[in-house]
Amino acid sequence: MNELLQKLTETAGISGNEIEVRRLISDLIADHVDTWRVDSMGNLIATKNGTGESDLRVLVDAHMDEVGLMITGFDQDGTYKFHPVGGVSERAALGKVVQIGPKKIIGVIGARPIHLLKQEQRKSVVKLESMRIDIGAKSKDEAMGKVKLGDSVTFVTDYEELGEIAIGKAFDNRAGCAALIELLKGESYPFTLVAAFTVQEEVGLRGAGVAAYAEKPDIALVLECTPAYDLPNERDESPNVVLGGGPSIYVMDRGTIQDPRFVAHITRTAADYGIPFQIRQPGGGGTNTAAIQRKSGGIPAATIATPARYIHSPVSMINLNDFANVVKLADGALRNLLPGIFRRNDDLLNDQ
Amino acid sequence: MLELTKKLVEAYGPSGFEDQIRELIQAEIASFSDEISVDAMGNLIARKKGDGSGLKVMIAAHMDEIGLMVTHITKKGFLRFTNIGGIRPQTLMGARVQFADGTLGAIYPEKMDSWNSLHPLNKHYIDVGAADKESCPIPIGAAAAFVRPFAVQGDQWMSKSMDDRIGCVIAIESLRRMEHTPHDVYFVFSVQEEVGTRGAQAAANGLQPDVGLAIDVTIAGDTPESQTMAIGLGAGPAIKVKDSGMISHAGLVRKMKATATQAGIPYQLEVLDGGSTDARSMQIAGPGCAAGCISIPSRYVHTQSEIVNANDVENSVRLLVALLSEALDL
Repeated sequence: MNELLQKLTETAGISGNEIEVRRLISDLIADHVDTWRVDSMGNLIATKNGTGESDLRVLVDAHMDEVGLMITGFDQDGTYKFHPVGGVSERAALGKVVQIGPKKIIGVIGARPIHLLKQEQRKSVVKLESMRIDIGAKSKDEAMGKVKLGDSVTFVTDYEELGEIAIGKAFDNRAGCAALIELLKGESYPFTLVAAFTVQEEVGLRGAGVAAYAEKPDIALVLECTPAYDLPNERDESPNVVLGGGPSIYVMDRGTIQDPRFVAHITRTAADYGIPFQIRQPGGGGTNTAAIQRKSGGIPAATIATPARYIHSPVSMINLNDFANVVKLADGALRNLLPGIFRRNDDLLNDQ
Repeated sequence: MLELTKKLVEAYGPSGFEDQIRELIQAEIASFSDEISVDAMGNLIARKKGDGSGLKVMIAAHMDEIGLMVTHITKKGFLRFTNIGGIRPQTLMGARVQFADGTLGAIYPEKMDSWNSLHPLNKHYIDVGAADKESCPIPIGAAAAFVRPFAVQGDQWMSKSMDDRIGCVIAIESLRRMEHTPHDVYFVFSVQEEVGTRGAQAAANGLQPDVGLAIDVTIAGDTPESQTMAIGLGAGPAIKVKDSGMISHAGLVRKMKATATQAGIPYQLEVLDGGSTDARSMQIAGPGCAAGCISIPSRYVHTQSEIVNANDVENSVRLLVALLSEALDL
């Protein structure tokens, strides 16, 4: 059992309320870093001193927040209204067990039993705004006594392993956090590594920009979790990456064109180390690179992600070999990160 | 300028993959600049030093062009793709593209039920002549740009990627003609404008100029049943007042109008409903700056036959040189 993944995924931490997961991570990394601090947004920023061989300042980002829900109102019948925090799948929310607030009150996202559904109701998707969380309270007063407006709600999902497959909630992006923690546990890098466990990615990449602005790195690597969509498909489209196919490397998404030189360095590293990899299908989605890349004269940035099925739902699935290879690939890419990688052909022209 | 324009508009350089076009521009400006650098995102920055009495001015003309990126290769070797920047499906059927290595491809849609219907991008494909997936020379993640030769007909210049290689031409020519300036001028040939004015954002965050001026195309409203837009080809450079991403600095607009009038340069005033330029990013980067834009009227923007007028190009150069040669009292 991968205890690191278990602890991280079973801990609560929706966007804007990352206290528990931040506390867990700071405990896990304290012995392996030289400094750590929490900034005003709540980003946990640690540094691991290098051997002094390189002057580069390299930031590795993993967002620690997960998608979840927030309590927004009380109904007369003792149930709670809620809003999504980040992109929560409507189709997957109904009938799931959740925990509410700091006291972790257990509730259920109620669903009318199939016996009582009209024919047309069986065919339609229930909208998130018409769902309620039920803790079994008998009245509005009782419900209000236990939970406050604005309390965070996360899904309750135990981490489990089935051979090389792991299932649990919030692999997006606790898989990235776990990989970054593994990097911090390893030998020193030639340069000072700035590890940024960032907040509020799921609501619009809000934490990472603040961290990058303050830390002013020369280069940034983002560790992420990306949707695998490898289920049977009639058309020859097979969008996106597959479980077990290796780390996914981003080229372009809605927010960023990843630095082509950095991408080439990562794929070269994969080939050198014999690590399988997949190019994530370019197009939609976005990672913290979008918030980091355009700061202070530009920062070359790239993303390596663990593929996961069913993300942004109460349960997601990864392949543990993919996760291990993300750690190996990120570690190898960082150890071989020489400034010359970012030299352009036209720099040579300029020198003449 | 004709030869330079032909060279630049025909070059390959979709957003994020500007190496080839940057090398061409760098060679053109090397002997006219006091300093040249390429920043982390790939912006090419040429500095023309002032006499110390003026402001720090950033001129932005973007080198990148719209394009496509491969997302999937079918078993039979056809390429599915997504857009890089604003691509409309109407412009795709039968279009020809090239990849960075020179590989050519033709685009076609899947079967359509009626000729009145239009498929979205993801129901189109690129045919590069591959027999199957295994022998396809192009990988997922490769970027393609359109192919279309430059043509001149009277005063009309016609090509792909006038947006914004014509802005690059104007910036290069101004840099060459400018003999003296009080200002510290940074000519930024920016990257990734077409995907959200990203390059200029990084450059302006680094340079933190006092004045930011974009040189970019705008939409002409002088064609049959076109959108209402009081901009015509041949009527002079357009001084931008507002677009959907920026309201120009009023003092800078006033100054540009006065400079044009004084120099006898015709001009038009531009209010653009949809779209924006690098000026948007410059205006709010770092502590902010006085931002504006000289726009070149263009027909058929974001198609492979963008048309501009030679006199507008020449007058844009004159306006920019005149503006940068005097004090900017905003």
